[in-house]
Amino acid sequence: MSEKFTKSMARNMFYGSAVFFFLLFLALTFDTSKALPERDNREAITTEVARGKTVWEENNCVGCHSLLGEGAYFAPELGNVYTRFGNSEEAIIAFIKSRPQDGIAGRRSMPQFNLSEEDLKAVAAFLKYASEIDAAGWPPTIEG
Amino acid sequence: MQYQSQMAAKPYFIAAILLFVGQIVFGLIMGLQYVIGDFLFPEIPFNVARMVHTNLLIVWLLFGFMGATYYLVPEEAETELHSTKLAYILFWIFLGAGVVTVLGYLLVPYATLARITGNEILPTMGREFLEQPTIIKIGLVLVILGFLYNTTITILKGRKTVVSWVLLLGLWGLAIFFLFAFYNPHNLVLDKYYWWWVVHLWVEGVWELIMGAILAFVLIKLTGVDREVVEKWLYVIIAMTLLTGIIGTGHHYYWIGTPEYWQWWGSIFSALEPIPFFMMVIFAFNMANKRRRQHPNKAAMLWAIGTPVMAFLGAGVWGFLHTLAPVNFYTHGSQITAAHGHMAFYGAYVMIVLAIISYAMPMLRGRAAANSDKSQVIEMWSFWLMTVSMVFITLFLTGAGILQIWLQRIGENPQSFMVVQEKISLFYWMREVAGVIFLIGLVLYVISFFIGGEERTAPAKA
Repeated sequence: MSEKFTKSMARNMFYGSAVFFFLLFLALTFDTSKALPERDNREAITTEVARGKTVWEENNCVGCHSLLGEGAYFAPELGNVYTRFGNSEEAIIAFIKSRPQDGIAGRRSMPQFNLSEEDLKAVAAFLKYASEIDAAGWPPTIEG
Repeated sequence: MQYQSQMAAKPYFIAAILLFVGQIVFGLIMGLQYVIGDFLFPEIPFNVARMVHTNLLIVWLLFGFMGATYYLVPEEAETELHSTKLAYILFWIFLGAGVVTVLGYLLVPYATLARITGNEILPTMGREFLEQPTIIKIGLVLVILGFLYNTTITILKGRKTVVSWVLLLGLWGLAIFFLFAFYNPHNLVLDKYYWWWVVHLWVEGVWELIMGAILAFVLIKLTGVDREVVEKWLYVIIAMTLLTGIIGTGHHYYWIGTPEYWQWWGSIFSALEPIPFFMMVIFAFNMANKRRRQHPNKAAMLWAIGTPVMAFLGAGVWGFLHTLAPVNFYTHGSQITAAHGHMAFYGAYVMIVLAIISYAMPMLRGRAAANSDKSQVIEMWSFWLMTVSMVFITLFLTGAGILQIWLQRIGENPQSFMVVQEKISLFYWMREVAGVIFLIGLVLYVISFFIGGEERTAPAKA
């Protein structure tokens, strides 16, 4: 590197960009926070939806599935599963309930989680809520 | 080795390597589950294997970072570590917590683990990479704070170099951004938004400071190049890291309910993220060319040169491949993401930890400067086996990803996820074969530690 470009200039460049871009990031975060109520479907977050999120988390669903594209890629995307299942919470519940205890020979199978009726309803409500978040048109097709 | 307290690094390095082996074994289990869906079902479902695989990775890299810190800080600060005893105590607490967590994943259903650890008091579990019970997360924060206290005091009382200062900044950043793991609102969008403050600001932010500092240290030691030159490079590299990487977080904010202007911010800034990695490549080759000594540890030099190259490929090139919003619309959450994740983590963080271990371990084991030629040859074989097989893992996953996107998201009559998975299973089989070769490389790596022979002595002047 050129002799004219000194170490203290490099140091100032580091601190300058760290501070400047972190502040810019905070400003964008502030603006995002203000814009989110229009997009994030927060009015749909009932006690049941909140419980559904806990059920989702406490059974580590994200360890196989993705939700809005984030998570694991072993099992289908669930951000739009509500629409894929014909806008039906009952279909989601029926699917989760019917998973065989010992799996399916030679194939991937979702475990049987033995969820209570309340938990089943809650997780389905949570997935419906998630499907109504404005995710800028993602996923590209109904298949997720 | 110049300071007795550098010995504290040794157990950290050993634990890192052992957990690395565990990580790869679980990686192979998952790889097999991709093609033989009921393998180990229901005893070890995929999600459990994945938690073990990713959490072991994070934990062993943290062991590696801590070991690297305990090794290089006394030498940089030219003073003994503030408390060697604290370093050993924290080691056992951290290892114990790590083992308990993994056993918890394997032995009880995750929902039970959540219940018995009181997740409802402060729910933080069940999010990707942050699956650890809340109480373990709190323990991790305490261990890191103890570690930071120990190293910060040491640096403050001794010589302050740019290398140790940048390392410290990175480690403090690691601790601070981890605190966002405790923020888990009901609002999924907010949850995801701040989840990335841990995940992205770690691996595409502060961890790069840690990586840069360790790389700078190893290169100074191996090449004997003037510190002033190295430090100037380090500052410029990490300046570019933060210049591009902080706003680059935006490439995760395209499709999670956040405003659409992030597609611009994220695309533009993350498209620049390869620059700091490319600079690391130039930096490493430059230092190697200007070297003023012929260090006898050739294996360490190989790792030190290999790290930036693979980091540039994995993080830089494979990251750029799917970072632009119009491309990411199709690739988001596909096997392309998995391909990038594998080579980026291997190139940037696995290899930098193996580089410092390669450099430091001979001294920690009482050798003058380097292992015997025989041992080094085996280690270099392991370098090539692991690195080349990782390239193939990445290529096969990329192939799988392209087909997956075409069949499921672009082509006419999009097909369902599971149908597509079966159609691309050949790529998963090839990935698994490459994974087995990776494991063979790793076994050779471990074996290289047990090969004696006449050790190489102190660096000779070129």
